[in-house]
Amino acid sequence: MNLTLKIWRQKNAKDKGQMVDYKIGGIEPDMSFLEMLDVLNNELVEKGDDPVAFDHDCREGICGMCSLFINGEAHGPDRGVTTCQLHMRKFKDGDTIYIEPFRAKAFPVIKDLVVDRSSFDRIQHAGGFVSVNTSGNTQDANALPIRKDNADKAFDAATCIGCGACVASCKNSSAMLFVSAKVSQFALLPQGRVEATERVLNMVEAMDNEGFGNCTNTGACEVECPKGISLENIARMNREYLSASIK
Amino acid sequence: MALDNKIPQGPISSKWTDYKDHIKLVNPANKRNIDVIIVGTGLAGGSAAATLAELGYNVKAFCYQDSPRRAHSIAAQGGINAAKNYSGDGDSIYRLFYDTVKGGDYRAREANVHRLAEVSVNIIDQCVAQGVPLAREYGGLLDNRSFGGTQVSRTFYAKGQTGQQLLLGAYSAMNRQIGRGKIKMYNRHEMLDLVIVNGKARGIIARNLVTGEIERHSAHAVVIATGGYGNVFFLSTNAMGSNVTAAWKAHKRGAYFANPCYTQIHPTCIPVTGDHQSKLTLMSESLRNDGRIWVPKKLEDAQAIREGKLKPTQIAEEDRDYYLERRYPSFGNLVPRDVASRAAKERCDAGFGVNATGEAVYLDFAAAIERYGKEQARIHNLDENDAKLVYDLGQKVVENKYGNLFQMYYKIVDEDPYKTPMMIYPAVHYTMGGVWVDYNLMTTVEGCYCIGEANFSDHGANRLGASALMQGLADGYFVLPYTIGDYLADDIRTGHISTDLPEFVEAENNVRSMIDHFMNNKGTHSVDYFHKKLGKIMWNKVGMARNEKGLNEAMDEIAALREDFYKNVKVSGIAESFNQELEKALRVADFLELGELFAKDALHREESCGGHFREEHQSAEGEAERDDENFSYVAAWEYKGNPREAVLHKEPLVYENIKMVTRSYK
Repeated sequence: MNLTLKIWRQKNAKDKGQMVDYKIGGIEPDMSFLEMLDVLNNELVEKGDDPVAFDHDCREGICGMCSLFINGEAHGPDRGVTTCQLHMRKFKDGDTIYIEPFRAKAFPVIKDLVVDRSSFDRIQHAGGFVSVNTSGNTQDANALPIRKDNADKAFDAATCIGCGACVASCKNSSAMLFVSAKVSQFALLPQGRVEATERVLNMVEAMDNEGFGNCTNTGACEVECPKGISLENIARMNREYLSASIK
Repeated sequence: MALDNKIPQGPISSKWTDYKDHIKLVNPANKRNIDVIIVGTGLAGGSAAATLAELGYNVKAFCYQDSPRRAHSIAAQGGINAAKNYSGDGDSIYRLFYDTVKGGDYRAREANVHRLAEVSVNIIDQCVAQGVPLAREYGGLLDNRSFGGTQVSRTFYAKGQTGQQLLLGAYSAMNRQIGRGKIKMYNRHEMLDLVIVNGKARGIIARNLVTGEIERHSAHAVVIATGGYGNVFFLSTNAMGSNVTAAWKAHKRGAYFANPCYTQIHPTCIPVTGDHQSKLTLMSESLRNDGRIWVPKKLEDAQAIREGKLKPTQIAEEDRDYYLERRYPSFGNLVPRDVASRAAKERCDAGFGVNATGEAVYLDFAAAIERYGKEQARIHNLDENDAKLVYDLGQKVVENKYGNLFQMYYKIVDEDPYKTPMMIYPAVHYTMGGVWVDYNLMTTVEGCYCIGEANFSDHGANRLGASALMQGLADGYFVLPYTIGDYLADDIRTGHISTDLPEFVEAENNVRSMIDHFMNNKGTHSVDYFHKKLGKIMWNKVGMARNEKGLNEAMDEIAALREDFYKNVKVSGIAESFNQELEKALRVADFLELGELFAKDALHREESCGGHFREEHQSAEGEAERDDENFSYVAAWEYKGNPREAVLHKEPLVYENIKMVTRSYK
């Protein structure tokens, strides 16, 4: 395949940045999208140019490190996948592909397509945990039976990989889907109920302080989420928040 | 220096308890004056950071990712073992201990493995208390499943994402301590040297990967928890950034590196499709519970399949060679990973491979779909002779068990694995070798500890499924927090360690000169060009089967490639900024040294055991032949300036509780 790539290049957070055109050939349908960028970068390096910076690590769809806004969609045109799982067979010979970073005020650009998502970590520091001592004097795991459907729902919420596609897809740059996934996981489990009130208040406050926008129920986050995290979690978080606020 | 493994005296079942009863403790008020550096924040490093902070130490944690939540532990699929005996099927700490020692082909340390089995029980309790959503039964209790190499159901799991959930548990425990200010987290930082002051590890040199700044960090002890070195093969199931640098720098500063040639090749990965490939994706071992592995019996059929003239579904049952069932009737498709991997290679080498490159075998679910379908038809009183109905019912069952894996395969290969058998081939997965540590998990550098996959200690020459997560969390939550206290008790009066000491200056200069070399080198090829070449040498001559000639050639070729790399590598951009090419160059430089030591270790070990198969040492039927008389030891290598000159130290392995026997799966 021969492709034209229009890639966002930005030297650092202070640089203005711009779209730059690249022509690339010899792309096989079996390649992943990131492998296609590897090919481009190899050419750039051997020519002595600065390769395009992009985030990636596990390349099997679970670490959440890869990002990229491809032709106007977080993680590209395929559903339910991260960019590392997107394959070039989803594109046609001669296509022009736009590649941009995940844009949001709370995700400043580090370089090119790499953004700083540490705001997500800071929200977790505010309450994304159960306050239990880690040195091993906890009760037997089966001393606390948990309904299977609650355990399954908690698991579904816990599969969030923290990639930030929800924020990038949202017209308000809201982080509600991400935050609500963690709030839900713990709200559904007895271990997490004890601190549920403080947790939801603290995490929502941290989210607001980071500069994320509000949810207006557009639902783009759910559509673009590579792990299928459900909007139900936002509803659950809102209920938790409301009841915590009036206590 | 003689290797002292510091294994406590006494019966195996009370060693750890007695040891804990007698070690020195650090008063809580004094812990506040002690700093610990932890490099790597996966299951081992993350759990250690959270626990040491919980105990009161000041922890500085480092990871190269943008967040500790992305450590590669997150990718583990299958599960975590624990001797809980919840299933009531006769499991016990002794049985887990026994299975692990046997599974490791009698090349692991008994005392370490027993301790691992003991604390496995606490791990599950701990994780559940943290809100890790492990799978449950309808009664609300935890569910278990079985895994290869054992006869009991002791594996706890969270669908196919157990590693993710356990890692997020450790990450949440870290977050709590970060919020309290007890852990200072350094994301996007990479350790590039170890600083030793008066013989003790006292700090590290790290590069801030965003700004390129070189930083000095001091502490009273340094813990390396940076995982394995499988990426020396370029293609592996490891995350792209997984590297050996921190462990290798510790080795260069005096930590012995043990058993580098013990590498696990996992039998069920999606095969390589071409030269562009960057990474291999694992399909969980659990698939072998229901999938049957085969290749065509006739060479002409295999060739027709490779040329696209024949489909696997067109090969008649009697023309298929279910080679694992044929060779190993009692274990069949569930033989351990090393055995299954070699058998696949043997068939492909003989010309029976089924993909374009000739390096794939089939993993076929047709029989399982039919079996489950008929069962469902009987249960629901439907017509079990209706092939379409049976297929649909059976597919549903298989989908419930393995749906996410089938979907992943479909996304990558673009073929429906329900309709046509999956293609699989072995790939480099986990490294059992690593930095040598004693019973306290301390390396041969005083005050430098190494935990999880980065050390060598618990799996011997082969690793059974669901045991890596167990070791990572055992070391981090329950072992290191005790053993490091024993060491740090002598440091309560040391006070803050200055980073102005000459040792810090020397180490920093060392790092800077390396970076300057790469940035000013006017070479012609990218870092990946060299890394791929290294990977090819490793896979072809130091891979699943090795021989003397190949290993000697590999050592020469790697040394020559290393020289070429330093002369001709090209790193663009500037050092004082975010520069992913420079990051890779610094990592590949270390792989180019490790690779040679790896080959040297494989060359000296004149036997076949676990993940190490020397072609000279096999039976007439092609089975591995171990040599307990001459090789029942840990090979710990001391750095002498060049991998070729590394000096071998032997730690004899003594088996007092388990009799060494030949592993047979016939």
